[in-house]
Amino acid sequence: MSGNPYQDDRGNKDASITKRHGVGEIPYRKGGKATPAAKGEAFLIGDTMTGGYGTGPDILHECTIAVNPGEIAVIVGPNGAGKSTAMKAVFGMLDVRSGHVLLDGEDITALSPQDRVIKGMGFVPQTNNIFTSLTVEENLEMGAFIRRDDFRGTMAQVYDLFPILKEKRNQAAGELSGGQRQQVAVGRALMTRPKVLMLDEPTAGVSPIVMDELFDRIIEVARTGIPILMVEQNARQALEIADKGYVLVQGRNAFTGTGKELLEDPEVRKSFLGG
Amino acid sequence: MDLLNAIVALTNFVIVPAVSYGSQLALGALGVTLIYGILRFSNFAHGDTMAFGAMVTILFTWWFQGMGLTLGPLPTALLALPFGIAVTALLLIGTDRVVYRFYREQKAKPVILVIVSLGVMFIMNGIVRFIIGPDDQQFADGARFIVSARDFKEWSGLDEGLAIKTSQGLTVITTIIAVALLFWFLNRTRTGKSMRAYSDNEDLALLSGINPERVVMYTWLIVAALTTVAGVLYGLDKSFKPFTYFQLLLPIFASAIVGGLGSPLGAIAGGFVIAFSEVTITYAWKKVLGYLLPDALEPSGLVQLLSTDYKFAVSFVILLIVLLFRPTGLFRGKSV
Repeated sequence: MSGNPYQDDRGNKDASITKRHGVGEIPYRKGGKATPAAKGEAFLIGDTMTGGYGTGPDILHECTIAVNPGEIAVIVGPNGAGKSTAMKAVFGMLDVRSGHVLLDGEDITALSPQDRVIKGMGFVPQTNNIFTSLTVEENLEMGAFIRRDDFRGTMAQVYDLFPILKEKRNQAAGELSGGQRQQVAVGRALMTRPKVLMLDEPTAGVSPIVMDELFDRIIEVARTGIPILMVEQNARQALEIADKGYVLVQGRNAFTGTGKELLEDPEVRKSFLGG
Repeated sequence: MDLLNAIVALTNFVIVPAVSYGSQLALGALGVTLIYGILRFSNFAHGDTMAFGAMVTILFTWWFQGMGLTLGPLPTALLALPFGIAVTALLLIGTDRVVYRFYREQKAKPVILVIVSLGVMFIMNGIVRFIIGPDDQQFADGARFIVSARDFKEWSGLDEGLAIKTSQGLTVITTIIAVALLFWFLNRTRTGKSMRAYSDNEDLALLSGINPERVVMYTWLIVAALTTVAGVLYGLDKSFKPFTYFQLLLPIFASAIVGGLGSPLGAIAGGFVIAFSEVTITYAWKKVLGYLLPDALEPSGLVQLLSTDYKFAVSFVILLIVLLFRPTGLFRGKSV
């Protein structure tokens, strides 16, 4: 990947001496400190971010993404446009070489991902976003790991939002269907009571009906005042519920506007929404 | 009467030794399976960690014995055990800081950590021999038997005696306590659940605010306790010799793999499977069969399938069979 000799297993796939399941891919980063910054125009903003993985080439080029409380911001774009990368940059999973990430009036560019969790950012990865061997309830408990107070209220809220999870709470999360897994994943992230929720393709691999339902739930979460930043493959549906849309092309902002504006923009329609 | 004699002989020579050996293997395999499950590599230094823990405990035992401090009928080693665990924990966490952490930060592939653990094994091996020497060490004291063969014969009136050594009774009880504590910890406590979560999905654990370094530290602490307890019990039961502990690596890994790597329940089951196979295959059945069969059929030979010198071959063969026909182990572990 990055030419690190320690990351070369020379084709050894012997599972009787090594366990590959669940190996972490988030690169290790020594976190710096958050510094107070001038209150920007948005609650969370990744401002003119340029960067890439490790010592690799830049993937993002002066990309800007922002979201405010009560809003849903959606990042769309063609394959390989750097949508997920932009989200990961906001979460500190790659090196932002220039530009800043500001959260609630603080510059958090130097923070490690785990410190950002403590600052109140919730992240739902696209894949491997649940603990498959743990029960649904244990998944939610792990979501609340950083909380030392009583989180039963939050858990009840999550169960209200996703009633099916309450029914299956003692079942191993790995036994659930695709849509239910996504609900567990979102529920886990909500357990920290995040100040901002980031979803990486929450509807990847679920049926259209389940997708509509998930979008409804996401709107419900946004109504409670939590800003939501979301990467979506299904551009049209996503832009329909978006307050703000970002179209990325090759790691750059190509179009920015409200969801409605983008849907009506002939250029965007022609190139991304299929006419 | 013959049937009773046969049962007693079988219990005395097969069941009791196999249960206590199985418990020791189970404790060892639990440690291996924990490291495999949470740190994701097979720790080849496990046997020598057991030797180190046992060695420290022996040194403390001698010191206590020198001061005249004993536990009456129980071995003094029990008193020294917490100190042994503490020193072993320091060694393991120190090793992790100096060696393993570097590779974790590099996101090194697990197979590299396997080889690293091989290096750690040689170092620990050297440390133990340097401090206590390569020879046999005796450190058991207190009452030798819970039930002695002569008392049993007098009490039952049978020809066959049944002896249960204090160390054997102690092994089984300690193992039950250790396993119960471990399961309670992993399934009921917040830290235990976070360890399972980390084992399941490192990245998501990180995104949930679980500190990986914490999880790793707790793992080493538990492993220190398990290895030291296993090492001391084995030493009490047989004797302490560094090389024997190094050799134990094979049956321990066989137990962990037979049970299913990454599954604590499997480690225990695997320990007993290996121990019972080893003991039954290397046991001379002449006596038991002599009681059971009619006189005409009494075997003239020893009816020993394998010499005890080959006992490691047994675990090796079982390991091969399991890897061929049920690679995930009895309890659906992770190995494929």
